[in-house]
Amino acid sequence: MVGITSYGAYIPLHRLSREAIGRGLRGEKAVANFDEDSITMSVAAALDCLNGIDRQRIDGVFFASTTSPYKEKECATTVAVACDLRRDIITADFANTLKSGTAALRSAVDAVKAGSAKQVLVTAADCRIGAIGSSFEQNCGDGAAALLIGDSDVAVEVEASHSICNEMFDVWRADRDTYIRSWEDRFGLSEGYLKAVCEAVTGVLRKCDLTPQDFAKVVVYAPDPRRPVELARKLGFDSRTGLQDPFLDSMGNTGTPYPLMLLVAALEEAKPGERILLASYGNGSDAFVLRATEHIENIRDRRGMKRHLESKRGFADYKTYLRWRGLTTIEESPSFPLGDISAPPLWREQSKNLSLHGSKCKVCGTIQYPPQRVCTKCYAKDQFEELRLSDKGGTIATFSADHVSSPVDTPIVITMIDFNGGGRMQCLMTDRVFEEVQVGMPVEMSFRRLFYRDGICNYFWKSVPVRA
Amino acid sequence: MQGIRDRVAIVGMGCTNFGEHWDKSPEDLMIDACYEAFEDAKIEPTDIQAAWFASWVSGWSGGRLANALKFQYIPITRVENFCSGGTDAFRNACYAVAAGIYDVVLACGVEKLKDHKGGFPLYIPAPFDSSKVEVDLMPVSHFALFATSYFRRYGLTPEEGKLTLAKIVVKNHHNGSISPKAHLQREVTVEQVLNAPVVSWPLGLFDCCGISDGAAAAIITRADIAKRFRDDYVLVKGLAQVSGAGQSQLHSDFDFTYFPENVAAAKIAYAEAGIKHPRNEIDIAILHDCFSSTELITYEDLGFSPRGRAKEDVDAGTFTLEGELPVNTDGGLKCFGHPISASGLRMIYEVYKQMQGKAGPRQLKKVDIGMIHNLGGVPGCFSVAVAVFGRRD
Repeated sequence: MVGITSYGAYIPLHRLSREAIGRGLRGEKAVANFDEDSITMSVAAALDCLNGIDRQRIDGVFFASTTSPYKEKECATTVAVACDLRRDIITADFANTLKSGTAALRSAVDAVKAGSAKQVLVTAADCRIGAIGSSFEQNCGDGAAALLIGDSDVAVEVEASHSICNEMFDVWRADRDTYIRSWEDRFGLSEGYLKAVCEAVTGVLRKCDLTPQDFAKVVVYAPDPRRPVELARKLGFDSRTGLQDPFLDSMGNTGTPYPLMLLVAALEEAKPGERILLASYGNGSDAFVLRATEHIENIRDRRGMKRHLESKRGFADYKTYLRWRGLTTIEESPSFPLGDISAPPLWREQSKNLSLHGSKCKVCGTIQYPPQRVCTKCYAKDQFEELRLSDKGGTIATFSADHVSSPVDTPIVITMIDFNGGGRMQCLMTDRVFEEVQVGMPVEMSFRRLFYRDGICNYFWKSVPVRA
Repeated sequence: MQGIRDRVAIVGMGCTNFGEHWDKSPEDLMIDACYEAFEDAKIEPTDIQAAWFASWVSGWSGGRLANALKFQYIPITRVENFCSGGTDAFRNACYAVAAGIYDVVLACGVEKLKDHKGGFPLYIPAPFDSSKVEVDLMPVSHFALFATSYFRRYGLTPEEGKLTLAKIVVKNHHNGSISPKAHLQREVTVEQVLNAPVVSWPLGLFDCCGISDGAAAAIITRADIAKRFRDDYVLVKGLAQVSGAGQSQLHSDFDFTYFPENVAAAKIAYAEAGIKHPRNEIDIAILHDCFSSTELITYEDLGFSPRGRAKEDVDAGTFTLEGELPVNTDGGLKCFGHPISASGLRMIYEVYKQMQGKAGPRQLKKVDIGMIHNLGGVPGCFSVAVAVFGRRD
């Protein structure tokens, strides 16, 4: 049996009130902080998914997004290294359409079925930017999902899938565009969404010889609040089948990860034996027939959707939102010149920087970050083992807060973190309320984009208050 | 091990005005400081046999100094050791004379910070982290970590702690107001200090030193021939420099309430100078007040105040011009300004002038033993230099 063996999700802490975008608009949308992007959110969802999982036994990472930070440079590798996975794994980026998340899912299932990999991690994330004043600006939220696909202890069996490819310009973004483009929505919805998804779902039902009545829940990409309802009715699902809440008012349309995030929300409620229909949309549709097994009860310890939706900080400042998305011009100086960014050190020090490895002295046991060849306590040379600190959590030993250097995240909180179990590091703190920061405060580590320079996004770990 | 005590002497010094010298190049500042020193020692530039040149970002290699002063093929070593570079250039110059290699040498430090946007042109932790993930912030944020921890350790609320720091700032501003070469020459009140905007919590604008341009220089010779140059030469009694090896970040038990490098350097310098009770024996101390909290903590590190009790001494006025142990009589980094590699030599300049009775309205009554202290770098990897001086017997 092949299917989902673990799931995870990530919704950024911040929710922008839609009232800040336009008077009278309803609800709020999840907004990535200034230091988050599709890679960092993928890592966060992946770490949620990998809770309690042996990371050494994962054979592949697929990353799906329409908002990759790079046009040429793989993101799945960054996710794999940040998650501290093995080096001999298959990695691939799936891109350019909102159904790339389910394409990655189907490819992972196929890989495991074919026996070329035992476990593949699928991550999907998006941070899409709608033009100022557009409906995309109102509706698009940010987020990520992660699914682990395997063939043992399967919690959700993938019984069948069916895909439709549909060439059309309904929603798109050219190489040189900043913002999403779209044709008149009535065209895309009627000739694209409703037709392609219906076709995919009908196809997968036929493959399994199932009817709408066999399903406990329908999880489907939602371009707006009304269309999934219309779609379900058209397909013959009646009110006895639950239609997954699309969280449009509380999170927004998160793009590529959207159907997978909604699936995670459905799985949080699913009981063993229940069937779920999953369908994505974007230049066609991928539809899946899923069935929860008894193992679903063993992977409940996730932040998933429910806890991430509940854990939030609202804000209503449109100017802040524009700054976070880089849509306003900020005076360039006086900022600290960082010097040239250099590829060899980024490569050489990835286990320290991206996997957040410290060293543990084999002679005296002292844990040190950054890793040291000569022990700081007993001076033993080259007698150490590497130790992952990203999942340790810790407390603030001391802190300061720079009120003048950055117009984006004032004040910049600098923390000295003592990791639970030993080791200490100095790092920035993000997603915090400055007035609540104090010595002794518990924190956890979050993978973030430190800065962008010369075409390179430099990623590193920051401390964050422990998220509820 | 013989040590440096009483083996070398300073016979001439120079120091430019510190401040925003928009119209001067590093060479201009070097020339002004060095020629003042030459005239003070009554020597010619051609008498200089070797030189040590300190610069952080204002001149690489000894050639920069040679070119400015037209030294003709003499050895010049460039010294860089963060904010302690000036003192370290002086230290190495002293050792070359003590070793008997040269009789007359020059130590010169210069910095032209205001040619750089924001004043600090380098990524501070760059020497330690080439992948640029370490905190790339202003020095104040590194030092504020210590203030936060010190307040907490000794039960001071941020308000109480900031009030103590404000008193140090007011003292240094007063001293700066009667220091003609200082960058900032006006008095401030405790209220002004406390009401200033926060720069890096818990430190405010007035807790930070001036970012300045400037240069300073010293002429060093053998103690036994110093009298040929002048009667009121100043003897070097002790020299120390230590470098941290990352301990405060690597050791989880370090509590950020003191600078271990300060303690280690002071111990070495005091031993060399024969000082057993620094508070009683030292008549003037010019120490590294890059931030007011650094001055507070350094009082304890140098043995002037017991641990956690510096506040009592600040409240008692111990470190004012009229106090028991005047500190930063020239305004300190706070008001004299802080052109990185010039600062150590500027500190020596004040001790030298005080010992010669030439400190004008700041002149102290008794200045037999004086000391200076420099600290630079990032937590864990500070470079600290301490030097002790004495009047000739």
